[in-house]
Amino acid sequence: MGNWIINHGLTALILVVWMGINIFLFVYFYFFYDLGDQFIYTRHVLGSALAWARAPAAVLNFNCLLILLPVCRNLLSLIRGSFICCGRTMRKQLDKNISFHKLVAYMIGLMTAVHTIAHLLNVEWYNNSIRGEYDALNNALSALEDGENTTYLNPIRSNSTTPTHFVFTTLAGITGVIITLALILIITSSMEVIRRSYFEVFWYTHHLFVVFFIGLVIHGAGRIVRSQTTTNPPHNTSFCFDQPDQWGKISECPVPQFAGGFPGTWMWVIAPMFIYLCERLLRFIRYVQKVTYRKIVIRPSKVLELQLVKSGFKMDVGQYVFLNCPAISALEWHPFTMTSAPEEDFFSVHIRSAGDWTEKLISIMEQLPEGAEGPKMGVDGPFGTASEDVFDYEVSMLVGAGIGVTPFASILKSIWYKFKESNPKLHTRKIYFYWLCRETHAFEWFADLLQVLEAEMEERGMGNFLTYKLYLTGWDKSHATHAMVHFDEETDIVTGLKQKCHYGRPNWDIEFEQVRKENPSSVVGTFLCGPAVLGKTLEKKCVKYSDVDPRKTKFYFNKENF
Amino acid sequence: MGKIEWAMWANEQALAAGFIYLTGGIVGVAGQFRGWEFAAFGVAAGAFVCLLEYPRGKRSKGHSMERTGQYCFTMCLKAFGPLTRNYYFRAFLHAALCVPGGFMLATVLGCVCLGISSLIYLSAAIHGEHWEPILPRTESRAPVGESVKKPPQNPPPRPPVELRRKRMEDLEGAAYVNPISVTANEY
Repeated sequence: MGNWIINHGLTALILVVWMGINIFLFVYFYFFYDLGDQFIYTRHVLGSALAWARAPAAVLNFNCLLILLPVCRNLLSLIRGSFICCGRTMRKQLDKNISFHKLVAYMIGLMTAVHTIAHLLNVEWYNNSIRGEYDALNNALSALEDGENTTYLNPIRSNSTTPTHFVFTTLAGITGVIITLALILIITSSMEVIRRSYFEVFWYTHHLFVVFFIGLVIHGAGRIVRSQTTTNPPHNTSFCFDQPDQWGKISECPVPQFAGGFPGTWMWVIAPMFIYLCERLLRFIRYVQKVTYRKIVIRPSKVLELQLVKSGFKMDVGQYVFLNCPAISALEWHPFTMTSAPEEDFFSVHIRSAGDWTEKLISIMEQLPEGAEGPKMGVDGPFGTASEDVFDYEVSMLVGAGIGVTPFASILKSIWYKFKESNPKLHTRKIYFYWLCRETHAFEWFADLLQVLEAEMEERGMGNFLTYKLYLTGWDKSHATHAMVHFDEETDIVTGLKQKCHYGRPNWDIEFEQVRKENPSSVVGTFLCGPAVLGKTLEKKCVKYSDVDPRKTKFYFNKENF
Repeated sequence: MGKIEWAMWANEQALAAGFIYLTGGIVGVAGQFRGWEFAAFGVAAGAFVCLLEYPRGKRSKGHSMERTGQYCFTMCLKAFGPLTRNYYFRAFLHAALCVPGGFMLATVLGCVCLGISSLIYLSAAIHGEHWEPILPRTESRAPVGESVKKPPQNPPPRPPVELRRKRMEDLEGAAYVNPISVTANEY
């Protein structure tokens, strides 16, 4: 239990607080509309459907405020930077921004459904009321005119209209339909299946959120939710309730007056909208800044390495940038982790062919004549993720699966530089590096880096600073035979490294046990860049092998996600 | 937008639309709204669309993700042959089903969503897509190597039993050095 608290405690707390605020808003506004005296007459026509519509509206206001914030990556980077004093756990929460965005989106979807259904009932009952299908009080209320000295309660003014007609001729109705439609389209195109396979559909359709927010802000401008205002002389509601025919004739019952509710949504969402606008503006400014190519290399197995230079660009280990190439697509920005170290005077990315955009980029580069400058490239970033924290831990376990090894390329290079400069920022005493890969031929560019590091460390006698294990998960019989025959050789047959390739997947229990044994009272940070399934496995192991006791080893899990 | 299979998005949209149509219809019927007959139609049409759209089709490229428990639905749909295969038919079916929803407020949203999914299906049909059932893969075992087919008839040659029995009287003489070095099993 203690282990769970260490790894998940703060996340759980944030979720509890968020849910608590949602529940509070719902209940508070439900009772505000269901018990408030100013709504007695409104409730007579609508019943509790009024409260059922207004309560989710409040929750919607709150969540529409929240939804824009987790996707402002520059803002998050800023917060991340300023939390350096406040500990790893706080910063780890910022890595879960997209999960939170999705959760808030689900809440918005759910509340929209409740809100819409309640309003369907409201419109139907208002319509029935003006057609005289209900009691005398209803008729009196609906008969209140929208005139010079009189105010109305029932927003439907004609007794020969339909609810559909009413909805499409009022601001609230039409904006409601449009923004709900936008929301539905956003949600269906954001389903995992669509997002993973056809990112463009997801990305372009998601921009309907602009329509959503504009519609949301003007949704309440028609002020059709009416409450009773105080008149002079005052209208004694409890007395006049049963005598609608006496209104305006006796002194206790002047004709009741009504006014529409103040549209308050803009107050909730204006700040996040502004922040998001700044975010997009910043991305645009970054796009316009000049980026030059230092080197373009096509690596084996269709991996493209780009070394770029941009003035004023400063990065940290394991950060990523968004690249945009107008020659391929003017509107698409794609994230890539940087593989260079902060100590170098350029930044590099290794790009593998994994979809339309990357394929086109690689083919453009392949067709470039020798020495020519590459196509114009926009760069937004750098943005920080979990890998930044790797030097804070005394011991780090780095796990990279396949192309997920890229942030760790940056880290290992940075270590190399820090070693050479004897940089005191390096708290790390020991690094365990696990690289899982299916095929041999994706190894080459990284194997070169490891060879250099290996040599450096041997030279300085720091052989046991970095322990790395390479796992070939896509082995077959021929690999096994080859390995058997060359068993006795010093260096690995596949990579040429001193440490041998392992075949198959790692046995994590044994690995964690070994790390725990070798580092008895340390705090170990585990970093993964790879598939979610592996993340779950590692997370479980971290919880399993951690101990609340400060004299024993503690494992913290950090996940990099795209 | 690259090699997108429109049918995948149309399917998600239609499933959502069916659900919304159904919900709107239930509200209309339960609340006894004016025009509840259209709502009743919405319930039926919405439920039908949900059942029709629940099984995902097979993608022409790449791995197809099945929805939980969609196998029996897939089989039902397969039985209808060209009616469920063809996306033009589906587009027109959805367009036809959505029209009555426009006559009543509760089902208007379902109507519009279904209409949009009909348009996306039309786009899919124009791009030549069609629905293929996702069937469980029949595991074809790789043919077993030739040598395994004919196991040996006789046991391997061994010295007679008297020589093989462990000689308790002379343990020193019975011990031998293993020609291949034996290492401990690490795992």
